[in-house]
Amino acid sequence: MVVITGQVMSHLIGEDAFQETDMIGVSRPVVKHSFSVQNPEDIPAIIKKAFHIAESGRPGPVVVDIPKDMTTPTERYPYEYPASVKLRSYNPVSRGHTGQIKKAMDMVLSAKRPVIYSGGGIVMGDASNELTELAQMLNVPVTNTLMGLGGYPGTDRQFIGMLGMHGSYEANMTMHHADLILAVGARFDDRVTNALDKFCPTAKVIHVDIDPAAISKTIKADVPIVGPAKSVLAEMVSIVKASKKQIDKEALESWWQQIEEWRTRHGGRFRTDDSELMKPQQVIEMLSKVTNGDAYVCSDVGQHQMFAAQYYKFNKPNRWINSGGLGTMGFGLPAAMGVKLNFPDADVACVTGEGSIQMNIQELSTISQYDIPVKVICLNNQSLGMVRQWQDMNYESRHSQSYMKSLPDFIKLVEAYGHVGMKVDKYEDLEAAMQEAFSLKDRMVFMDIAVDPFEHVYPMQVPRGSMRDMWLTKTERT
Amino acid sequence: MRHIISVLMENEPGALSRVVGLFSQRNFNIESLTVAPTEDATLSRLTVTTLGSDRVIEQITKQLNKLIDVVKVVDLTEGDHIERELMMIKLKATGQMRDEIKRTADIFRGQIIDVTPTTYTVQLAGASDKLDAFIDAIGTSGIMEVVRTGVSGLSRGEKVLSL
Repeated sequence: MVVITGQVMSHLIGEDAFQETDMIGVSRPVVKHSFSVQNPEDIPAIIKKAFHIAESGRPGPVVVDIPKDMTTPTERYPYEYPASVKLRSYNPVSRGHTGQIKKAMDMVLSAKRPVIYSGGGIVMGDASNELTELAQMLNVPVTNTLMGLGGYPGTDRQFIGMLGMHGSYEANMTMHHADLILAVGARFDDRVTNALDKFCPTAKVIHVDIDPAAISKTIKADVPIVGPAKSVLAEMVSIVKASKKQIDKEALESWWQQIEEWRTRHGGRFRTDDSELMKPQQVIEMLSKVTNGDAYVCSDVGQHQMFAAQYYKFNKPNRWINSGGLGTMGFGLPAAMGVKLNFPDADVACVTGEGSIQMNIQELSTISQYDIPVKVICLNNQSLGMVRQWQDMNYESRHSQSYMKSLPDFIKLVEAYGHVGMKVDKYEDLEAAMQEAFSLKDRMVFMDIAVDPFEHVYPMQVPRGSMRDMWLTKTERT
Repeated sequence: MRHIISVLMENEPGALSRVVGLFSQRNFNIESLTVAPTEDATLSRLTVTTLGSDRVIEQITKQLNKLIDVVKVVDLTEGDHIERELMMIKLKATGQMRDEIKRTADIFRGQIIDVTPTTYTVQLAGASDKLDAFIDAIGTSGIMEVVRTGVSGLSRGEKVLSL
């Protein structure tokens, strides 16, 4: 992402002029780099550099701050957009170290309980095919992070689900008991690892990432490999193909038996008999069914996000767009709009909650203005569900600032903007309503779906525990 | 452990704030920091002394390297190196103290660079602990003002930090 910010005239900078903000300063902690334009003739070269930095290496946002007088229409300059860009201080790696990759593959082929733990780097780095090929050649289980979903086909037998705080039982158990973790494009963040000192006690770690700073930041890598996921994985595939050494099939067989046992124990089940209202999980399963698992799904932050991650089966990369580690409510609707603009013929859904959607509800107007027919799937539980869940579990259900007594009538609201509103409060009506919503190709549809306000997201890792320490239901713990 | 990290970076506006911001943002410690342009006017050299475990220092060097403006980073304390810090210290100098300060400054190979009837200003260069030792020897009661540059350093021998 390149962000162009407008700045006050250059002679006014530093004088607290009208609408002056130090954009470079306020954005510094959250950007990869930033530029401030000092001379109009520098603009083309700066824009070229900005896009180069934003897209290459570990991608990240770049800000270009342009004072108003840098674009004065009366001043003319020759427009010369540079063909290439070179920055002496910025040379992202283009491939991994072959020696390290060989060493890593030797470890993988010697492993008895291996697991591939892959993240957003697979999606960003367009390495999904290479990952799938490697995993299937070796018959190794694959778990994805929240950002990595779709990097490996979600309906494949070898896929054991998302891992981490709300990861699947089998994914977290597999990680905990593994003797080798091949981490690719993932960063061992705190929502994945749980307590670092209890993390996967028997596992050796191979860590592939394009960002050297991501390696050994929290979990020490036994074999670090700095490089783009795509080329490193391709090299791994060709090493396995050429290798005389074979992975221990017998050991792998009993590893799989164990994993299947775990898979059947929890298996993503949830109760439907403890509430009159439908369950949020059912809504996501229906969304997956109605869209054939092929929609672009954007989400906000909270329970609905976790349910979408757990119950929508992403078979392709780039189908799941959410704010990940930043956890920014309000992200979903604008993200869905961006996706829809880029893929006008695709089904684009924004899975959200009645809390998150209100963070950027004004975009309903932009949707009219630019005719962007996204579908909003609002799981309305009348509360900030994830906050309330934590208050239930850690604060004896003393709910504070997590309930919604002031909700608008969403149907009236979206209709006021000229869109289609649908209210669904019975599971029996859900499928037909959702079918209808997605059949209205050129209309924005807002589905306000009443779901059980008391539902929790499970599994949920126990704080300060290991990966295998989880609540599986409200009453059942590992 | 204490480390001296030397950074070669683009001499551009905003570069220093990115380095300093990184330290505060990631909760890294800064003991001292010094920065100035090099013989190549497009480059600045920054030296930061910091405290941290090996893991923290590894993160500091990696995170510094990640900054677009940063050209090269070296942890001087990994090898043989020379470090110096300059201090100017203004002291009350009356009566017997005038001789005493002069003697102590001589012992530490300091120079008196400003004299008034009631004050001496001593300039002293050396490793930081030598400057600390001088302050201890003089005693805090006579000190009017202290200014220190922070540590600068480079590797011994042929090894250099350059493009």
